[in-house]
Amino acid sequence: MSPDKKLKGSEALVAALEHEGCEVMFGFPGGVAIPFYDALYDAKKLRHVLVRHEQGAAHAADGYARATGKVGVCGSTSGPGATNLVTGIATAYLDSSPLVAITWQVRSDLIGTDAFQEADITGITLPIVKHSYLVKKTADLPGVVHEAFHIASTGRPGPVVIDIPVDVALGELAYHDADALDLPGYRPTVRGHIKQIRAAAKAINEAARPVLYLGGGVISSGAAAEVLRLAELRRLPVATTLMGIGSFPETHELSMGMLGMHGTVTANYAVHECDLLINLGARFDDRVTGKLKAFAPHAKVIHADVDPAEIGKNVAPLIPIVGDIRQVAAGLVKELEGMEWPEERTAEWLARIAARKEEYPLHYDEPSDGKLAPQYVIEEIDRVTGHDAVICTDVGQHQMWATQYYTYTSPRQFISSGGLGTMGFGLPASIGAQIGRPDKTVVDISGDGGFQMTVQELATAVSCELPIVVCILNNGYLGMVRQWQDLFWNKRYSCTSIESQPDFKRLAEAYGALGLRVTEKDEIEPALREAIACEGPAVIDFWTSPESNVFPMVPAGQEITEMIGGQAKGKGRRTS
Amino acid sequence: MKHTLSVLVENKPGVLTRVAGLFARRGFNIDSLAVGQSEDPALSRMTITIDGAEQPIDQVTKQLHKLINVVKIRDLEPKGMVAGELLFVKVSAEGEKRTEVLQIAEIFRAKIVDVDRRVVTLRVVGTTDKLEALLELLKPLGVLEVVRTGTIAIGRGRGG
Ligand SMILES: Cc1ncc(C[n+]2csc(CCOP(=O)(O)OP(=O)(O)O)c2C)c(N)n1
Ligand SMILES: [Mg+2]
Repeated sequence: MSPDKKLKGSEALVAALEHEGCEVMFGFPGGVAIPFYDALYDAKKLRHVLVRHEQGAAHAADGYARATGKVGVCGSTSGPGATNLVTGIATAYLDSSPLVAITWQVRSDLIGTDAFQEADITGITLPIVKHSYLVKKTADLPGVVHEAFHIASTGRPGPVVIDIPVDVALGELAYHDADALDLPGYRPTVRGHIKQIRAAAKAINEAARPVLYLGGGVISSGAAAEVLRLAELRRLPVATTLMGIGSFPETHELSMGMLGMHGTVTANYAVHECDLLINLGARFDDRVTGKLKAFAPHAKVIHADVDPAEIGKNVAPLIPIVGDIRQVAAGLVKELEGMEWPEERTAEWLARIAARKEEYPLHYDEPSDGKLAPQYVIEEIDRVTGHDAVICTDVGQHQMWATQYYTYTSPRQFISSGGLGTMGFGLPASIGAQIGRPDKTVVDISGDGGFQMTVQELATAVSCELPIVVCILNNGYLGMVRQWQDLFWNKRYSCTSIESQPDFKRLAEAYGALGLRVTEKDEIEPALREAIACEGPAVIDFWTSPESNVFPMVPAGQEITEMIGGQAKGKGRRTS
Repeated sequence: MKHTLSVLVENKPGVLTRVAGLFARRGFNIDSLAVGQSEDPALSRMTITIDGAEQPIDQVTKQLHKLINVVKIRDLEPKGMVAGELLFVKVSAEGEKRTEVLQIAEIFRAKIVDVDRRVVTLRVVGTTDKLEALLELLKPLGVLEVVRTGTIAIGRGRGG
């Protein structure tokens, strides 16, 4: 952009977004958004994807961000448009995803008067944003956009809301690209303290039973290569959180899979027995720790995170390190490379873990009702896509099976609402992911319940000709809630049976997508192949066994040792 | 233990809401909060007092730091700070009670800022303890209305 060109606020916003490298945004127009949409009409680089509901815009932008590591951008009109974004903003906040949400607002002079379609969106979103702006002057727009992108994507990433009154869009300014930041209170600590890194390296070197516990911070900081090196250097067994899936290849012999409520027996017992727990970029969430007091009872704890407030929030670590995980991991590698280390030190421990993996693999029984085992459907998706698809999920049982039975090998391959657990996330997130990664097969694994929460985005996928593959694990239930009722509430299935379902195959066809139904095992692979080959979106309705449960399971708030369904394969209670 | 936080924030709209909202969301209780412009017109200084026994002070300060508009936080040492608060109290002071009110005011170096036949309004500056002691003495005489600013505090010596 040539310096000091006279632009309208709306045009300046387009220019500023393009200056930040924003190639695509997801949104939905309305009265006060028209000036911006008018400017978009002439935009050269910025593409706008029209969703069918603003929640879809936020999740799509979030999915794009998670798949690419870039900032995702969504937009809405004032009032109901803005409030429709709220669930998506909260989802991004809880999973530390870099999102910029642009909401249009009523005219400045009408703010506070309960004007038509006025909602105080900066107020409403205050507890779920990293930061927010209510832009007062047209001249402030380029600077605000620049700051918003910077805040969203640095330190611990998160959503930023920019609320813009329509008169600010209509005003004029002498535009020039903003490159300066005026953020005296924002200086994320990137470099971990060398003393702490040395102390951590020493503890790692001396540990007899270490475990590496990896969270989303490994992925957001792009630390997978450094972490792999670290794990291999001292042969550290690795457990990942839900958000950490893909940060370490599950095909690696040191991988123990996921830990926590539906984690593997091996990962959970390793954490229970370890003498050193090395947490990189995870936050001791209650779905991971269960009963906090009984979590990792024998372990010294190293906790590294870019957000100082995470350290000591739930667990007081012996060695805290504030810093970017990539830098911290590289620092640890450097220190360890200079230290003597006898391989026998952890030999007994690694043997114990290998034996446990052997004895307690994830497993399930064939359903007795003749319906498909949901776990098998995921195994087939894994096989057909060669561990290489980007998997987006919704929330529920299918989500947990997707963590357990797909083999993840790289970061940004698994995209799921971990922190907020937002049903309806999967489909729009897969739209964003596919737009961000046109080179990849993108599969959305959804439940029959959650799919219907944002099903309207099929129209978006069709209109953008996105080759996403939507796999519905149709069990006729709000399965995860039913599972809790089954296990803890005497099988009183109150309001969890969803008897009246649409015909998902015909529903997909009505939207102009390919619709398929699979009821038999041998139909799975051909259906997947057809869906993947199809140029537009495809929906496969898999009829799975209604009462399958997700095991193992550590009941909420309990100790790892109270795990249900964690018996060795072929022994004990049924696990499906 | 009581903590007195001196928090330097950007002087921008909505910053007070962000701070108050953070306390509410994280379940931290504020004992008092006072805010005004600092030596730099672009910055305001807040004094926040909280009960450290009720909430982990470490978490409070770290979460506060995460607010983009918060520039600096100091947890002031009781010995290393000067603190005080301003209070107005309206006491009924009819008949012989009036002399007693005036005597108490004298002892506490409270200033009489308004008088009529029935009430006396006192203005007093001091530590929270001193103000509490004053109110305790006035109570039997009939305290009609109290308004106070909440503590403000500043570090001793050069340290800023
Ligand atoms: C928006 C929202 N509402 C409610 C819930 C609570 N919830 C969690 S899992 C679940 C059931 C999901 O059912 P379905 O989509 O069919 O998936 P399944 O568990 O059967 O695989 C519910 C209702 C939620 N996570 N999100
Ligand atoms: Mg279901």
